[in-house]
Amino acid sequence: MNAKTKELLGAYLALLRGQVHSLTSYRASFAVELFSNLGGTTLDVLTVLVVFRATRSVAGFSLIEGLLMVSLSSLGFAMADFAVGNIDRLKNYVRTGTMDAVLVRPLAALPQLLLMDLPLRKALRLVVSGAVLVVALRSNDIVWTPSRVVLLVLAPVAGAVFFSSIFVLSASLTFWWIDSGELGSSFTYGGRDFTAYPVPVYAGWFRAVFAYAMGFGFVAYQPALALLGRADPLGLPSWAGFLSPLVAVVAAFFAAVVWRAGIRHYRSTGS
Amino acid sequence: MSLIQMHNLRKDFTVRVKAGRFRREKRIVPAVNGVNLTFERGEMAGYIGPNGAGKSTTLKMLTGVLTPSSGDVRVCGLQPVPQRTKLALQIGVVFGQRSQLWWDLPLRDSFSLLRHIYRVPADAHAGRLKRCRELLDLDDFMDTPVRQLSLGQRMRGELTAALLHGPSVLFLDEPTIGLDVVSKQAVRSFLAELGQGGDLTLVLTTHDLADIERLCRRLVVIDHGSVVHDGTIEALHARYGSHRRLVVDLDVPLPEGFAVPGAELLSVEADRHRATFELVTTQVGAVVSELTALRDLSVVEPDIEDVVAKLYRA
Repeated sequence: MNAKTKELLGAYLALLRGQVHSLTSYRASFAVELFSNLGGTTLDVLTVLVVFRATRSVAGFSLIEGLLMVSLSSLGFAMADFAVGNIDRLKNYVRTGTMDAVLVRPLAALPQLLLMDLPLRKALRLVVSGAVLVVALRSNDIVWTPSRVVLLVLAPVAGAVFFSSIFVLSASLTFWWIDSGELGSSFTYGGRDFTAYPVPVYAGWFRAVFAYAMGFGFVAYQPALALLGRADPLGLPSWAGFLSPLVAVVAAFFAAVVWRAGIRHYRSTGS
Repeated sequence: MSLIQMHNLRKDFTVRVKAGRFRREKRIVPAVNGVNLTFERGEMAGYIGPNGAGKSTTLKMLTGVLTPSSGDVRVCGLQPVPQRTKLALQIGVVFGQRSQLWWDLPLRDSFSLLRHIYRVPADAHAGRLKRCRELLDLDDFMDTPVRQLSLGQRMRGELTAALLHGPSVLFLDEPTIGLDVVSKQAVRSFLAELGQGGDLTLVLTTHDLADIERLCRRLVVIDHGSVVHDGTIEALHARYGSHRRLVVDLDVPLPEGFAVPGAELLSVEADRHRATFELVTTQVGAVVSELTALRDLSVVEPDIEDVVAKLYRA
């Protein structure tokens, strides 16, 4: 690492330190948030369990197979939410003028905004999602091959990158329409809910757009099929599960382009 | 080469205006309308203009926050938006209504974090901080969390934060807004002191003309996005024909029909024992020598607020 990169890293670390120190001045409210946040994760896993209680199988998948999908999606989402979830506050940052303050500092805007909030309160969600994944892996009969082990590591990471891109993309809309919050959320949280179920439960253009054109099908569904060694009822080959990192990279690239355009389009607010 | 250059600088905002029950019309509003200005190293310049005249927008384009709609802008030889992070190391910015400090941390911690963010060597940082602490009397509240500081204290902290990396230009957007008289004076004398060195270029926007009278030799008046005056305060007075006023107190009533060529009688008060003249082409002596039983007199300098109000209305 050269001296310049090291300095830059030090700068971002300083931002992180600032957040840690700030956090320690509100200890009690931190504890409350930590536990109230847990509700979010357990709830989306529970919803899936409830659906499977009602019918023995969903689109030909059993409860434990469904559990694998929801846990992959939930872990990827929890990681993304932990790392970049607070970007959905961009609207407030624009309104209060924090964005102006960020833009006059000698650091990239996006990492600065991400480091403005240290979401330790979301850390418990990560643990819960991880635990559900372990349960799902143990209850399914998975034949472990080296490529499947690699996939098991790659899939949640790719899912995290993918959801992070969706977070950034939907936040970028704020630069054009300050009140785009609800529209943005429908893609982030709607996307998470979409990936919690096997793709064959969706039909027609809806499936075509969300699962394939936008890539949500590659977050949990295709990797889960590859891990289970099940053929895709929709006909994609078994290696489609390994496409998830590629899909994530494309999404990240797209998000970066839109974010940059958004910054250029930023209008600030009067003062 | 000039330190700051603006060439045909323009910023348009698109505003949607209600045009019917459901229809909305798109309207382009030029916030900054083809501004040409240059500032040299060491210059202290003040920007004034009514609300919405384009002062803050200009400052935001100079600091890389906003992308110009068209035209060229260079600060320290850099293009503010594409080279934003590079430029940030060379400029200091104080937005009166935006904070650079960490709300929950003591000033001391904010300053030390800023040292890392701006990658400033420890000794240079310590030297600058020491100077600011002395000039701005920061010592009493260095350990107080920013959220508990008064506005005046916070502004002193903001000024320090903007200077710790040794910028060559300092941009101040309404630095005295909302401050009490004492804090205003503290901020002004600090800025005046900074300007003495001659290295730091200072560009400030304000509504308080006292800021400009105290600090800036150069005054830029902007209205509806265009520069309507660029020069000294004296030049502004000369251009708009504002004159000094003479107020006299008399022991006997002022005679009816009293007149002195070149002086205009503005008002008579207190049973004709007090009169105010505007000295259009003549001097104090010419009026005084015509008066009998003069008890007291005072000369009032032209009020810059009046001149500017005239400008805004034009």
